[in-house]
Amino acid sequence: MSIWEYANPKKFMQTSAWALPWVMGLAVLSLVAGLIWGFFFTPDDFRQGSTVKIIYLHVPAAMMAINAWVMMLVTSLIWLVRRHHVSALAAKAAAPVGLTFTVIALVTGALWGQPMWGTWWAWDPRLTSFLILTLFYMGYIALWEAIENPDTAADLTAVLCLVGSVFALLSRYAVLFWNQGLHQGASLSLDKEENVADVFWFPLLVCIGGFVLLFVALVLMRTRTEIRARRLQALLARERLA
Amino acid sequence: MGALLSRDLRLAMRAGGGFGLGLAFFLLLAVLVPLGVGPEGGVLGKIAPGILWVGALLSCLLSLDRIFALDFEDGSLDLLATSPMPLEAVVAVKALAHWLVTGLPLTAVAPVLGVLLNLPVEGYGWLVLSLLLGTPALSVIGAFGAALVVGVKRGGLLLSLLVLPLYVPTLIFGAEVVKRGAAGLEVVVPLLLLAGITLGAAALLPFAAAAAIRVNLR
Repeated sequence: MSIWEYANPKKFMQTSAWALPWVMGLAVLSLVAGLIWGFFFTPDDFRQGSTVKIIYLHVPAAMMAINAWVMMLVTSLIWLVRRHHVSALAAKAAAPVGLTFTVIALVTGALWGQPMWGTWWAWDPRLTSFLILTLFYMGYIALWEAIENPDTAADLTAVLCLVGSVFALLSRYAVLFWNQGLHQGASLSLDKEENVADVFWFPLLVCIGGFVLLFVALVLMRTRTEIRARRLQALLARERLA
Repeated sequence: MGALLSRDLRLAMRAGGGFGLGLAFFLLLAVLVPLGVGPEGGVLGKIAPGILWVGALLSCLLSLDRIFALDFEDGSLDLLATSPMPLEAVVAVKALAHWLVTGLPLTAVAPVLGVLLNLPVEGYGWLVLSLLLGTPALSVIGAFGAALVVGVKRGGLLLSLLVLPLYVPTLIFGAEVVKRGAAGLEVVVPLLLLAGITLGAAALLPFAAAAAIRVNLR
């Protein structure tokens, strides 16, 4: 039993068909629970009032926006090294989801920034990096769309993903160098004693869990769609030959 | 390699090669910006470093799809790929040729446009130096982008979507050098970072570009 079994599309389809309802159900459950808990059963912040509650959407979405790119990087590497098609399709499937999370993070940030910073947008390092990440996602998706041959597209987008990762990191540090920020430091990190007060912290953890599960569910679903589309193409091609 | 370089240079110089087009675009940009922004010297001088760097970036972009597309269409890229010279070297030479016909002339005319844009006197040396150090990175990164889209018909727009985000670090450090230089501040750090990006890109990206070309020629 190894993870490479799931490189077999049939095996992947079987297992994901079994797992998808569970992951989706858990995602919905924890998102509903976390968001209701966060929105209605936490106190208002003494300075930010109720606007602080957007954190339950903003932080998980921003986390997953970056994690989605990391996942694409890993699956692209697996595709380049071991030529497993499911891996390439998973990377393709994850890109629009990651883009959506990036946009959610930007929009919720703007909604929060208006009352708190007095502006929808500031050229702050974090905000700018996220905008650049959006561009990287768009380029990646556009390259997938532009190339007809699926294997060529998979190869080229994988190379783009590798190079893009390096340049995304470079841009992150270049942007830090370019402007000092308005954005607060990391809300969550593993090495800090206390991140945010516990009343906000526990619902936030539930929301993050929900977003992770939602991401996994969406990627599974989209990968299944891609595999089916690929099979359909194969069937059509066979029919044309016959 | 020398033969390939001189061939690419000659092709670029001859009629229809597009040499000078990028330069004309750069000049136009430097004329249009004051028309749009207004003639106040203070404002222009302040934004001149950024405008000149963005202009260099865009004029570089104009001629990128010529690096591989024509050779791909008439089959000479296949010949180059099967020649004894490694494909990585082909990419490097072609990027060099692209730099010689775009980046280098851009660097040469940039001070003149700096005058048009009212760049402070202290900035000229840094402008030339930063462009000299930074534009090779633009050509190499561009060659990588061009290698990715070489098989796509009418890939020009896609090319800019792919390449411009990759230009971000070069732009930031390059413009920062000029901005700080013009203000009389310390410039060593951004200058070294800019040189680092150019060297890193020139060392590593030919491999990625060659891999992309191999995929496209498959």
